[in-house]
Formats: sequence, C-alpha cells, structure tokens
Amino acid sequence: MVIIENLHKKFGKNQVLKGVDLTISEGGIFAVLGPNGSGKTTLIKAVLGMVIPNKGQITVLAENIKKNSTYRHKIDYLPQIANFPSNLKVKELIKMIKDLRKPTHDDQRLIKLFRLEPFLNKKLGQLSGGTKQKVNLVLTFMFNSPIVILDEPTSGLDPISMLRLKDLIKAEKAKGKTILITSHIMSFVEEISDEIVFILEGKIYFKGSIQKLKTKTNQPDFEHAIASILSDNHA
Amino acid sequence: MKQVITVLLFVFVTNANLAQSIEVCKTCPISTLKDGIAQAKDFDTIIVKKGLYKEYNISVNKPVKIIGIDYPVIDGELKGEIITVISDNVTIDGLNIINVGNSYIEDYAALRIKNSKHFLIQNLILEKLFFGIYIEKSRDGKIFHNKIIGEAIEEYNSGNGIQLWYSKNIHIEHNFVQRVRDGIYLEFSDDCLIKNNVSALNVRYGLHFMFSNDDTYEDNIFENNGAGVAVMFSRRIKMYRNIFKENWGTASYGLLLKEINDGQIEGNTFSNNTIGINVEGSNRINYKNNTFENNGWAIKVKGACYANIFTENNFLYNSFDIAYNSKVNDNEFDKNYWSSYTGYDLDKNGIGDIPYRPVKLFSYIVNRTPETIILLRSMFIDIIDFSEKVSPVFTPDDLLDNNPKMQRLTW
Amino acid sequence: MRLRQYYPITMLKILKYSFYDLMRSRWSYVYFAFYLLLGTVLLFLNNDLSKAVITLMNVIIVLVPLIGTIFGVMYYYNSKEFTELLLAQPLKRSSIFLGQYLGVVLSLTMSLILGLGIPFVFYGLFESSAIWDFSLLLITGAFLTLIFTALAFNIALSNENKIKGFGYAILLWLFLAVIYDGLFLMTLIMFEDYPLDKVSLFGTMLNPIDLSRTLILLKLDISALLGYTGAVFKQFFGTSFGLIVSFVMLTVWVVMPVLRIVFKSKNKDF
Repeated sequence: MVIIENLHKKFGKNQVLKGVDLTISEGGIFAVLGPNGSGKTTLIKAVLGMVIPNKGQITVLAENIKKNSTYRHKIDYLPQIANFPSNLKVKELIKMIKDLRKPTHDDQRLIKLFRLEPFLNKKLGQLSGGTKQKVNLVLTFMFNSPIVILDEPTSGLDPISMLRLKDLIKAEKAKGKTILITSHIMSFVEEISDEIVFILEGKIYFKGSIQKLKTKTNQPDFEHAIASILSDNHA
Repeated sequence: MKQVITVLLFVFVTNANLAQSIEVCKTCPISTLKDGIAQAKDFDTIIVKKGLYKEYNISVNKPVKIIGIDYPVIDGELKGEIITVISDNVTIDGLNIINVGNSYIEDYAALRIKNSKHFLIQNLILEKLFFGIYIEKSRDGKIFHNKIIGEAIEEYNSGNGIQLWYSKNIHIEHNFVQRVRDGIYLEFSDDCLIKNNVSALNVRYGLHFMFSNDDTYEDNIFENNGAGVAVMFSRRIKMYRNIFKENWGTASYGLLLKEINDGQIEGNTFSNNTIGINVEGSNRINYKNNTFENNGWAIKVKGACYANIFTENNFLYNSFDIAYNSKVNDNEFDKNYWSSYTGYDLDKNGIGDIPYRPVKLFSYIVNRTPETIILLRSMFIDIIDFSEKVSPVFTPDDLLDNNPKMQRLTW
Repeated sequence: MRLRQYYPITMLKILKYSFYDLMRSRWSYVYFAFYLLLGTVLLFLNNDLSKAVITLMNVIIVLVPLIGTIFGVMYYYNSKEFTELLLAQPLKRSSIFLGQYLGVVLSLTMSLILGLGIPFVFYGLFESSAIWDFSLLLITGAFLTLIFTALAFNIALSNENKIKGFGYAILLWLFLAVIYDGLFLMTLIMFEDYPLDKVSLFGTMLNPIDLSRTLILLKLDISALLGYTGAVFKQFFGTSFGLIVSFVMLTVWVVMPVLRIVFKSKNKDF
C-alpha cells in the first residue's frame, strides 16, 4: 500500500529522517508515535508530497510519488492545524474542496454526524477551534479514499465528538481502508490502533502490535511501554 | 503708414487709366516675359497667361505690374536668378516660379528686389528654389500671401525663404514658408512688420533676426523648425501672440534670444519644444502673458541676463520651468501661474501664501551630466529637489516668485 | 476511478477562490477606498484631468509597488495553513501558487482600476484627451502589481519567518523606489566624462520602477528627453522603439519572478 525506502530528510543542518524504511500493508489502523521532533509529521508530509525527501523513495499504491500529484486522489489528509481562509463560509469551503477534488455526497452525512448544520453559513474566522476541527474532519472523510492520514485528529474535540470520531474511524477501517494516525493521547491510540510505528531520532524504532510492544519492553500497559522506550534511550 | 498706402493707391489708380495692358502667352505675338517687359512702357500691366516660360535673368527695370493668370510657370531651369527687380513701384502677382539655380558663390533668388521702393509681391508660389524672395537695400514694400516650398535638407547648400538685407519698413504678411534654411531672415533691417505667417519644417530657423532693430512680429506660427525663432544682436524687437511649437532636438528651442536688449514678449504660446525660450545675454526684456506648455525647459537662462521681468505667464506641465547655469539672479518673477506649485492659499486672495522656487536642483544636475535626465520624476530626485528647495545651495536663493497665482491666468 | 485535473483549470479555480476570499477581506476595501479617495481629492484640488493624471503617475509608480509587495507577503503568510490544506489535495503545486498569486494580482488591480476609474469617469474621462495617459497609467499600475506581487511571493516562499519576510519586502521596495536611483545618479555623475547613454538606459531596464517611470516620461517629457545628444537616447525616446522595449522588459520582469515561484514552490517543504 505505502512503501517507504531509505528515506532521508534534512532541514538546514537538522537531519530529521535518517533512513526510514517502512511498509504499510493494506487495511488497518497504524499509529505513528514518537517524541516531539522525532520526525512523525515530516514522515507523513513526505508521504503526502509536501516535504520533498533528500534521498529515498516512496511508493503509494504502486505509484512513485516523486513529481506526481494524481496519487493524492487516493489519500485523505487531516492536517494538524486547521486554519482556513477566514472570509469563506463553512458551506463554501466544503463546496470549494469538492470543486477542486471531485463531487461527493458524503459531506451531508458527516455534517449531520458532527452536528455542523448551525455553522454552515458562518464564516470560518468566527468558528471555535473545536468546530474548525470538525469542519476539518468533514473535509477529510468526505472523499472516501483508500488511504486516510490523520495528524492529531482529536485536538480540540469535546468528548462526544471524540466518541463519534472513534466510531467513524472504526467504520472506515471496516471498509478496508488504511488509516495512519499520529496522536499524543495514548488511550486513544491504544483503543483504536492495530499497529504501532514508533519513530525515534529519525528512524523506525519499533513496528508491530501493542501487545508486541508490551512484550518487548516488558511493561504491563501501553503508556508505560512508551515511557520506558523514551527513558531507555535518553538515559 | 496709411498715407503711404493712400499715395500708392493714388499712383496706381491714376496710372492704370493711362497705362496699357500687354498680354504674354505661348501663342501670342509676345511669348516671353522678357519680351513683354521690353515692350512695356512705365506703369503698364503685363498679363502673363497660363503656360510654361523657360526664362531666367529677367530684369524688371521699369515700374510695371506683372500679373499671372492661372499661375503661369516661370522655369529658370536651374541656370541662375530668375527675376530681378531694379525699379520702384513694381508689382509682381500670381506667378509660379520654379528651378532657381544653386550656387556656392552667388545667392540666386527666385525673385530679387534691389534698391527699390514701394513694391508689392503677392500670390506667388515658389518651388525648387535656392533663395526665395530676396529684398536688398529696399524699403516700403509688401510681401503678401506667398507660398514658398523648398526641399532643403542641409544648412550649407540651402537658401532662405524670404530674406531682407539692409531694408526698411517691409510688411510680410500671410506667407507660408517651409523646408528652406531660414523661413524668414532679417539682416540689418529695421521697422519691419511680420504678421500672420506660417513658417514650418525649416532646416534652421522659422524666423531669424540679425542686427535688426525696432521690428515687430505677431500672430505667426512657427512649427517644427530646426529652431523656432532666433533673435540675435538686435534691439527693441516686439513679439506678440506668436505660436512656437514642436521644435524638438538637441539644440532646439521655440525662441532664441542672444545679445538682445529692450524687447517685449507678450501673449505668445510655447508648446512642446525642447526649450521654450533660450536666453543668452539679454537685458531689459518684458515677458508677459505668455503660455509655456509641455516644454522640456520653459526658459533656459545662460550667461549674464539683467533686469528681465517675467509677469503673469502660465507655466504648464513643463519638465523644468526655469533653468539657470549660474547662482546669480537679477531677473524678476512675479504673479505667474506655475502648474507645479504645491503651496496653499489660506487667505483666498488667489495668490499662494508661500513663494514658488522655479529652479530645481535637478535642472542643475542635468545641466552638468545630461544623461541623468533619465531619472526625471524619480522619487529620489523629488527628495533632493525638496531639500534644495528648503535650503538652496546650488541654485540662486533669491530666485522666487513671491506671488504665485493659484489659478491659470487668462487674458 | 482516476480523475485527472487539468492544470489551467485547477489554477483558475484556485485563482477564483483566492479572489473571492480577498474580495471579502477588509484590506481590499481599504485599498479600493484609498484609491477612490486619492482620485477624488486630486480631481477636487486640481480641477484639471491632465494635471491630476500627472500627479497620479508620480504617486502610482511608488505606491503600487509598495502595496503589491506588502499585500503579497501578507497574503502568503496569512493563507499558509490553507495552502497546506490545498497541498494535500491532488493539485499541482505550481497551480496552487500561481492561482493564489493571480488571485492577489487580480484583486489589487481591480481595486486600482475601480478606485481610480470611478472618480475619473465621473469627471468626464471619456470626453477628455487624458484618456490615453490614464490608460497608460492603469496598464503601468497593472504591470507593477504583477511584478511586485510576484517578488513578494518569492520573498515569502524563501523566508519562513514572517517578520523577516516583511522586512525584506519593505527593503526591496525601498531599494527599488529610492536607493537604486540614488546610486544610479551617483554612478552617472562619477563617470560623467564617459559616454553614458547606453549605461543609463541599461540601468533603467534593471529596475521595474524606473522602467515604468520611463514609460511615463515618454508620454510627458518627450520634449526634454530629446534635448539630450546621445544617438542611442534619440533612437530610444524618439521612436516607438522605447515603448516597445519598455513593455518587453516589463514583461520579462513579470516572467522571471513568476518562473521562480514555480521553481521554488516545486522544491519547497511545507
């Protein structure tokens, strides 16, 4: 599905990714974890073509992504900070993204799911952070692409919306989609993810199920397992 | 003046009664103009019918009228001068004179008046000429309604359209002169009136004065000449209501004043000239009610010029209003309208409350390094001009119009 | 299903949305109102169309670059997150940036044309001989907007730091509007003993503000320009050669930074 080979990326003097090899197979939820500055977002952005690697190759659905934009038809992406043109209305933004990408009717269902109807005629600049995130989620899920990438999807959401999001992600998984998530909320990750990809200092430190991680680190629960990786490597 | 005309009229009218009329045509007994003149008695009228007369060195030595019907062509075949008048009271009217001989030694003319009085030259068409009408040591004559079309390209091998030399009291009116060296040229000629002429596309000047005094020129149009009008070494010249336009080029100007004193320049329009008036060593001249519009330099003052007065003129959208090449100023500017004046009029009396300084620092810079003209209207130039305006260093600090008008003047 | 987005269509769509977005922004109105006021005040003070056009020309060649630069940089930084959203869509990068760039240019040019056009039309522009000067003014204004917005996008693309970006933008404007001419003048005076007409024309070509000024000089000061002896000058200003060369150079000044936007955006990380 997504194959990353020997990926290097440097920002100025800062070597962020130092040879990442990662294969993500079809179907399932993959959580990309790692401490701040480990290169999670860079990795995701490289897959999206927003960051251009210094070295290495990325293949998405058997297509090399270099100098290519069409493969992104098969990816839905939820960016970390959602900041839209503040003079546009919610309705218009949704219409615009559909216009730029392709027509879909899924937006109606998602608007209902996140109770966004009262905000449709509001300008984006007037929305709260949580509401913006909901709009962001609608934009992401409405295209029904085989790959979904979510960068901190829970930020700013109230508990009810969080529950709805979890259900939504599970439903998407049930359709056989491949979902990549980064998050700082360990309980969320533990609950929904099938596999963990742990990045440390620009390399894949661990890839496997949560159970396997617990075994490897010899810790009874997930949070401790993560903590132990970090303390071991910083000691 | 009037008396002279009355006397002239009287002379002509009475003579016409006595005089006979001689007809010249290709099939007539008299078939050449020369023959016609030879046959004529004093005060006869020679009527020249339409046709081509290949003649030159025609001498008019008695007071006769030569009148062309339907513009007979007198063709000099480039052999020399065509008609020379050496008698008083001669009228030449309605001829088309062509192919004057060209020479580097002699100034051949289509028509020369020599030592004569009371002549009238009118309705001539002169083409393919060297000199056109040459008035030599003559006086009290009239040159009306002539059309002089030259083909001059260079100064050195071309002649002037109408030339006056040591002549007095000549009226030159309603003539049209183009493509010669100087359209109209006056040398040592006084008390002449030049009025309602159009002088255009001439290689050197539209009108040129040398050592001539007390002449007046008014209501003329000088357009697209090497330079419009040059007034040199002359005194008491009056210049009224002329139009000087589109004299473009490196040393080109609407009007050149060189070593002249006591003139009056009033009601003229200078538009689209590289330099409106170029003044060199000229004193006691009044400039009044003139309009300077869209010139590169409205007035360029060089050398010592004293006691000139510029009042109630309009300076409109010139790249530079006044340029001086020195720091001294003895001329007066007052009550002019300057389109680039940016002051205010709080007391609403129509006069700006702060003086206008017509000389810019940039004109001084351009004078020194001409290529810098390309920076005209740059913001940097505006800044240095402004600082010079606040405290003059390079330009005359007493050169001010203390009463700049707020509205364009009309008269 | 494989949907292929055709490049110009995407670009036009992005242009459209950027334009809509800007047309609703306060700044477009401020800019529009400013020109409206400027035009009205000038006409009110001068009572003379031609004189107002001349004053405007002097203002336009300095102000339009300033506003184009500031606005371009501001728009780029303000819409950064939105740009990232677009980047994750199956769109070509160049079409995103060119679309946004043209959106900004279009909205600025509209403000300029309407803001100045309305008072002048009411004042009787169409019956006046100043209409050609006025058209030249608007064309020059449009060119300057194209150029300086492109330069602003270049600066913003090369500087992640907003404050630095703004700083460079202002510096660029200050340099091209004022400092360049100062250096230019000093050079000409220093080498006044040499033939300088080619140098001075060349120096003008290298600065889009000077280039626009030349166009205006051709219109207003041709009589003065022809007072200079140089043959090259004469050919340049005395024939339509100058006008053609100036427009070609202005076009080059648009194309170069736009190409750099395309190139830079292709190789940039977001």
